[in-house]
Amino acid sequence: MANGKEKELIFELSKPGRVGYSLPELDVPEADVASLLPNHLIRQTPAELPQVSELQVVRHYTELSRRNHGVDNGFYPLGSCTMKYNPKINEDVARYPGFALTHPHQPEETVQGVLEVMYNLQQDLAEITGMDAVTLQPAAGAAGEWTGLMMIRAYHESRGEHHRTKVIVPNSAHGTNPASAAVAGLDTVTIPSDERGLVNIQALREAVGPDTAALMLTNPNTLGLFEEDIVEMAQIVHEAGGLLYYDGANANAILGIARPGDMGFDVVHLNLHKTFTGPHGGGGPGAGPVGVKKILEPFLPTPIAAKREDGTYYWETNVPQSIGRVKGYHGNFGILLRAYSYIRTMGADGLKKVSQYAVLNANYMMRKLAGAYQLPFDRVCKHEFVLSGVNQKKLGVRTLDIAKRLLDFGYHPPTIYFPLIVDECLMIEPTETETKETLDEFIAAMLQIARECEETPEIVQEAPHTTVVKRLDEATAARKPILRYQPEA
Amino acid sequence: MKYRYLPMTDQDQREMLEFLEINSVDDLFTDIPEEVRFQGELQISQSLSEPELVTYFQTLAQKNVNFSTHVNFLGAGVYQHYTPSVVNHMLLRGEFFTAYTPYQPEISQGELQAIFEFQTMVCELTGMEVANSSMYDGATSLAEAAMMAAGHTGKKKVITSRAVHPEARGVLKTYAYGQSVQLQEIGYNSEGVTDLAALEAMLDEETAAVIIQYPNFFGNIEDLAAIEKIVHAKGALLIVSSNPLALGILEAPGKLGADIVAGDMQPFGIAASFGGPHCGYFATTSKLMRKMPGRIVGQTKDENGKRGFVLTLQAREQHIRREKATSNICSNQALLALAAAITMSSLGKQGVQEMAMMNLQKAHYAKQVLQAKGLEITFTAPSFNEFAIKVNKPVVEVNKKLLEKGIIGGYDLGQDYPELAGHTLLAVTELRTKKEIEALANELEVIVRG
Repeated sequence: MANGKEKELIFELSKPGRVGYSLPELDVPEADVASLLPNHLIRQTPAELPQVSELQVVRHYTELSRRNHGVDNGFYPLGSCTMKYNPKINEDVARYPGFALTHPHQPEETVQGVLEVMYNLQQDLAEITGMDAVTLQPAAGAAGEWTGLMMIRAYHESRGEHHRTKVIVPNSAHGTNPASAAVAGLDTVTIPSDERGLVNIQALREAVGPDTAALMLTNPNTLGLFEEDIVEMAQIVHEAGGLLYYDGANANAILGIARPGDMGFDVVHLNLHKTFTGPHGGGGPGAGPVGVKKILEPFLPTPIAAKREDGTYYWETNVPQSIGRVKGYHGNFGILLRAYSYIRTMGADGLKKVSQYAVLNANYMMRKLAGAYQLPFDRVCKHEFVLSGVNQKKLGVRTLDIAKRLLDFGYHPPTIYFPLIVDECLMIEPTETETKETLDEFIAAMLQIARECEETPEIVQEAPHTTVVKRLDEATAARKPILRYQPEA
Repeated sequence: MKYRYLPMTDQDQREMLEFLEINSVDDLFTDIPEEVRFQGELQISQSLSEPELVTYFQTLAQKNVNFSTHVNFLGAGVYQHYTPSVVNHMLLRGEFFTAYTPYQPEISQGELQAIFEFQTMVCELTGMEVANSSMYDGATSLAEAAMMAAGHTGKKKVITSRAVHPEARGVLKTYAYGQSVQLQEIGYNSEGVTDLAALEAMLDEETAAVIIQYPNFFGNIEDLAAIEKIVHAKGALLIVSSNPLALGILEAPGKLGADIVAGDMQPFGIAASFGGPHCGYFATTSKLMRKMPGRIVGQTKDENGKRGFVLTLQAREQHIRREKATSNICSNQALLALAAAITMSSLGKQGVQEMAMMNLQKAHYAKQVLQAKGLEITFTAPSFNEFAIKVNKPVVEVNKKLLEKGIIGGYDLGQDYPELAGHTLLAVTELRTKKEIEALANELEVIVRG
C-alpha cells in the first residue's frame, strides 16, 4: 500500500519563461552594467534556479509538507527534544511589523519595545533558573554550551588558573557536551554512571582535581532521572575549584519545582525551542540563552539589554572581561520573542503545571510499558524515560524496527540508540501538551508491536509499510554522496 | 487556573495517579532533595489571556520604529527586501513548522527534499560543489569556515580583511580563542577594498586561510580573481563571505577559486527580525566535503529503488565524534533555509538576476544623486547595493534628524572604524523608490550643510 510515485524536485518542474515573482519597474535611469562593475567580476553564467509559477511553488511545497510529520500532525515523543505544541499566537506576535521589521542596528531609542521584551525575558529566565544574569545571544543549545564553557574558561584564566582545562561529562551526556568542550579548547573526561543510572559519585571524586574546569551535567539526565546527589556533587566540584554547568535540554521537568542555581550550578543554558515552545522548524532555529551566577557576570557576551532608573532600556556594552560576541546581532530575537510570549501565557503557576504534567505523563507511560519492554532503571522518572528493546532483540527485532513500525501507526518514534549506555535504547518524552487519550493510544500501539515481535516479527522487521518511501539506503548515501541536483546531461 | 495548552483534566490526573498508586503529583518529585526543591512561586511576569496577550505585545511592537513606519536605508548585513507572499504561507504549514531534525527519513521526506533543493540552490549561486543544510547565521558560518580551514590545513593563522563585517570578525575572534587560532587583520585602501599589497606581505606558509567579504562590508566589490592568485600562491585557503543576492549579478566565488563560501541567506525571504533568526549558509568543494560542519542531506534510494533523501555523512558530526569534534553545531536554521529556498524558487533564475540588477542600479543612482547634492562618496571602488558617504558630523546626530523626517538612516562606520568617524553606510535595495532616494538626498544635503 505504501508509496505512490516519486515527487519531482522543483528543478524538474522548471520551464524557461515561467516566473513566480513580481518586482516593480526600474524607476531610476538604467546605467550600463559594464560601467558599474569590473568586466571580469560580472556573472557570466546565471545560477540555474527553478523557473516556476506561483501556483507551482505553492503545490510543490504543499506536497512536500504532506510528506512530513510535525507535532501538528500527531504525537512526537522524541526524547530529549521536548516536542510540545508550538502555540499559533506566538507566530502572530513574531510577525507584528514592530518586531519582524526592525533592524538590529537601529538606535536604542527607536526599539524600546524590542529591548523591553529582551530585558523582561532575561529577568524571567534568571528567576526560572535561579541565576543572576542572562545572555540571550547564543543561537541554539550547543552554542549556549560553548558560550558557557568559554565563560568558565575565561573565569579560570582570569584567576591565573590556565591549567584548568578538564570538563567532566557523564557517559550519558548529549554528544554536544564533549563537542562544545572541544571547540572551547577544553578536554573532556568521561565518567561512568552507576547502577541507578546516576553519576557515579566515587568516579566523580576521583576525576576532580586541580585541572578541573567544570562538571557538565544534564539534570534530569538523559535517562530522564534526577541526579539526586546533586548537592554533594556540587560540593565535590566546587571544593576542587571547578564550576558546574547545567545543560538545560531537560528543563521541561523542573520549571518552578527546582532551579539549577539552587542546586549549585554556576552556568545554565536553556533550549527555548524545546522548553519554551519555539517551533522546532525541521531542525531549527533554536535559541540557547545562558544564565550565570555573579562570579561569571564579568565574562558575559555583549551587548546585554539593560534598564535605566527612568524605565528606559539600553545596550550594556561595558563588560571589560567579556568573552566577546558569540553570534551576529542580538541572538535569535524572533525565537526569544516567542518564548517570552509563552512565558506570558503560562505565568508561574502555568509553568509549574507544565513540569508536573510532563512528569506525570512520562511516569504513566513508563509504568504502562514496563511489562512489554525492559525498563533498565526502575525508579521514578522525570519528563522522559528510557526503555530497552533487548528482549525484542532476542526475537530478532531491533529497536530500529520498532521505531519504523511506529511510523505505520502515524507516530513519530522516540529517540533511539541514545543515550549510548542503554542497549537498544528507546527514549520517550510525551510532554505535557498531549491528552491522556493520545498517551493511551500510543501505549496500545507499543504493546501491539511488542506482541508482533513475538508472533509476526516480519511485520516489524519490514516496517514501515505505509510511508511514501520504504527504508532508505543510508550506506550508499554516505559512500557515494549525491548532495545536490544535477540535470541529466 | 486552566491553560489552553494543558489538556490534563482532574479526572485524567486521578486515573493516572491511581494507576501509579500514588496520592499526588508531588510524590513523583521526591527524588529531588528537599533542600533544593523550590519553595513558593516564581517571581516572573504575570500570565495573560490571549486577548490581553495580543494587546500587550501590540503595544510593545508599536513602540518600535520599523520598516513599515519609516523609509529604511540601513543595511550593514541585514536588508529589507521583497518577500513573495507565498513564502510565509508555505513556511507556516505545521508539517514543516512543528517537525524537528529529520531523524526518521520515511516521514521527513518533505523537509529532506526541501533542504536538498536548498543545498542545490546554494551551490548554484556560489558556484561551489557542495553545501550544507544551514548554519546559525552569516557570522557563525564564517567563523566555522575559518575553524574548518585551520583544522584541514593544520595551520593556525587566519588572515581577515578589515573590510569584513565587524560583527562577523567579533564572532570569529571568540571562536578563534576557543580553538587557539591566531588572527591577523589586513586593512583596506582608499578605494575601500582590501589592500592587496598588505595581504601579500602578511601571507606566509603558516597561513591556513584568508577571509574576504564580497561585496565587502562597505558594499565594495573585492577583486576576487586577483586575491585568489595571491592566496593560493602561498597554499592558503580562500574563504569568501557573500551576500547571496549580489551573486545574481557578480561572478560566483566558486568560479573565481574560492575554497569555502559562507554567508547569510537573510536577503532571500527572511525578515530582519531585529537580527535573527536568519540563516547561515556554507558551501565548499568536493575535496573539503567531509570536513564541512553541520547537517547535510543526500539523495539515495529506498528498498524499492525509489528516490529518497536522508541525512548523510554523519560521521563528521558532534553526536558521533563527541570530544573529537571540530564543530558542535546541532540544531541549525532549517526553517529559515526553507524560507530562503521558497524565495529562491519564487524569484527563480530570472528574478534573482533582476532583483540583483535593481539593487545595483538603485544604489548607483543614489550615489549619483548624493554626489550631485555635494556629498562625498567615501570610496571609489565599484559597489553593489551599499556605499559609504561622508556626512562630516556625528552620524548619530544625522540619523536623529533623518528619523524626524521618517527615514531610518545608515550605519555609523565610526563605531568600528575610528578613521571613518562621520561616515555613514547606506543600503539601497529594490524596495527604495526614486522618490525616496531623492528625499534622502535632499534631507542629507540640508543636515550636512546646516
